Amino acid sequence: MRKLLIWLPLVLFLGFIALFASGLFQPDDRIIHSRLVGQPLPAFNLPAAASDRPPLASSQLAAGQPRLLNIFASWCVPCAAEAPQLEALRAAGVPIDAIAIRDARADVDAFLQRNGNPYARIGLDARSEVQIALGSSGVPETFVIDGKGRIAYQHIGEIRADDVPMILDRLRSAQ
Amino acid sequence: MIAETGLAALWLAASLALLQLVLALVGLKGDKPDLLAAVRPAAVAQGVLTAIAFALLITLFMRSDMSVLLVATNSHSAKPWLYKFAGTWGNHEGSMLLWVTVMGVAGAAVALFERALRRDTHMATLGGQAAISLGFYAFLLFSSNPFARISPAPADGQGLNPLLQDPGLAFHPPTLYLGYVGLSVAFSFAIGALLTRQVDAAFARAMRPWVLGAWILLTLGITAGSYWAYYELGWGGWWFWDPVENASLMPWLAATALLHSVTVLATRDALRAWTVMLAVVAFSMSMVGTFLVRSGILTSVHAFAVDPERGSFILGLLALYIGGALALFGWRIGAVREGAPFELVSRETLLVVNNLLLTVILGLVLIGTLYPLMTEAFGHKVSVGAPYFDRIAGPIALALMIAMAVGPLVRWRRDQAKAVSKRLLAPLCIALLLFGLVSVLAWGRIGILPFLGLVVAGSVGVASLAPLWKRNLRRTPLFTYGMVIAHLGCAVSLGGMASDSAFTVEKLVAARPGDTIETAGWQIRLLQIQPLAGDNWTALQADMDVSRNGAPVTIHPQSRFFASPPTTTSEAALLTRWDGQLYVVLGEEVEGGRWQLRIWWKPFVTLIWLGGIMIALGGALALLGRERRGWLMKWRARAAA
Repeated sequence: MRKLLIWLPLVLFLGFIALFASGLFQPDDRIIHSRLVGQPLPAFNLPAAASDRPPLASSQLAAGQPRLLNIFASWCVPCAAEAPQLEALRAAGVPIDAIAIRDARADVDAFLQRNGNPYARIGLDARSEVQIALGSSGVPETFVIDGKGRIAYQHIGEIRADDVPMILDRLRSAQ
Repeated sequence: MIAETGLAALWLAASLALLQLVLALVGLKGDKPDLLAAVRPAAVAQGVLTAIAFALLITLFMRSDMSVLLVATNSHSAKPWLYKFAGTWGNHEGSMLLWVTVMGVAGAAVALFERALRRDTHMATLGGQAAISLGFYAFLLFSSNPFARISPAPADGQGLNPLLQDPGLAFHPPTLYLGYVGLSVAFSFAIGALLTRQVDAAFARAMRPWVLGAWILLTLGITAGSYWAYYELGWGGWWFWDPVENASLMPWLAATALLHSVTVLATRDALRAWTVMLAVVAFSMSMVGTFLVRSGILTSVHAFAVDPERGSFILGLLALYIGGALALFGWRIGAVREGAPFELVSRETLLVVNNLLLTVILGLVLIGTLYPLMTEAFGHKVSVGAPYFDRIAGPIALALMIAMAVGPLVRWRRDQAKAVSKRLLAPLCIALLLFGLVSVLAWGRIGILPFLGLVVAGSVGVASLAPLWKRNLRRTPLFTYGMVIAHLGCAVSLGGMASDSAFTVEKLVAARPGDTIETAGWQIRLLQIQPLAGDNWTALQADMDVSRNGAPVTIHPQSRFFASPPTTTSEAALLTRWDGQLYVVLGEEVEGGRWQLRIWWKPFVTLIWLGGIMIALGGALALLGRERRGWLMKWRARAAA
């Protein structure tokens, strides 16, 4: 018993070293993996957020073809910064729908006027209810939705130019 | 030239450490006294050389020599001199140089001043100290050279992290490092004693002042760090269970346990193996803490070197030293005889309880700190926050406080349960009284832990004075006063913590100049907000008149902007009164010319740090008392001869 106790600290410490070493040599993973990946979208039915785009309901996102759902707001600066990337994705033939968070129709219209309008439909989530149900904690965020209305990928933060090929890949594999 | 001289001094010190190790090993093995005679001078010379290297690095920072990479990346010519000076250790390389300097100087001190230890154990200890130093020299010279040049030299430096531009930086890290590295002496003592199989009361008496000294500095360093975080981060909290805070708390917990067990060993020749184990654990915790901070393996506000190469280097050192020490422990401790026995009702038992509780807290803090790492190994990401630590460490700490109050009232070796309970009667009555009082005043309005904290703090505070009861106060030894003050400090600190979490009033408002805010009996009038320029920052400063039904005092919370690197820090305005602190933070401007203000009234929060200072002061008195007794005895012996 005493013999065992004497060597116990060393054994514990070796476990410790193994743990440290594994932590040290693990590639640094800064990506937050969403728990909603693989889950169906929550049901929602939102009013139109812009004058010249139809409103958005969750059933419309299960239309057989993978698409993007962009969460944005007219008052959000990074959302303006990601507009060219969204435009590039639309030009590549990707259907994009959007939800405007805590916004007003006039502001959304002005925002789209300034930054271009890559969206097919825009729903207005005036009190962030759908955003919270989606597990999104800020703007902008972008979801890849597969043809059956399930979340395939959640992109937190703005889409940078070098993210575009990755997003296209995700869309392809969601087919 | 200065940088090259510094590097040369460092290489020379490293070679001396190697020499010191070889001399001690060969001398002890072959019993060659002439070789052993050179060990002490080598240790002293090594200490002097590290001090020279460190002084030269300070010179480079003071002169803003931008041709030195470290200065260029961490300093700026426009910085006030204090931050140029303190900036020397506000970065990875400089702080590691501080580490080896403290280690070298501590080794020199052991060589010069240690007289109580048996000669062979003393030599083995110095050999151990040299072996540890060597690893850190290698780390500095091969992967973190502080004296590396940069060519071409940039026009100016990149500046120091603004959070660090605070007078606290001049004081907090060196104190903490002195404590961390001071524990390396205890570690080397343990190695020396294991090698020469001398684990007895004489060994404990020799080791005690070093442990006590390191522990005092660690206590001061943690207290200062806590206060620094409290006023500099502007969050109103005084402990955040950040991995680096835990990294400083864990060696402190181990050192506190060691301090008590070494006293048992010195006084009663019991707890031999346990004391040696704790001496190994205490410094191991210092090294583990350094590893956690320097490797960037855990995210923390203190992590300035996120670099896997350096991480692997320190990990290798950890494996070598701690693994080696634990293996030596397993191999040799069987040969150490069992210490003296003691009865169940005795001070020894209480000290064992104290040690166990401290070790349990240490283990729980360690698990909480490493848990994110463990789950990540299995693919889950979690973070462990304050609720875990508060809930788990809080109750055990309260039990520990009670053991602390009872311990000094129990006699060594054997005592009568009846007599002990008689001595505990008065504190127990006070505990009941306080329980009633706090119940009446605050029942249902405060959490259970703060509630118990208040009751325990009050009664333990009284109980910690009990060892002075019915004693001739003029003939009470200084170290007894030290113990009483340190224990009282624990109670005072606990009282502050409990009062802060029970009674703090927080208010978040948006106010226009001219508005008056009422909270917790204070009237706070926002006069104006205006820009202000400092040495290397600009700020928005609010002028506020605050009063508590009396003459107003003007306070100035600031929001500071630093240009290099671009950062905003908040300088909270603190108004200290005898019964607490008013803590005001200026936030951002919101619409309509209104400003966010965050206001706290924190009753008796200052007791937390006052208690910390009392604990350190108690330690200092105990150290002085023990040492003075040694001097007196020596002086009397000499006078008699």
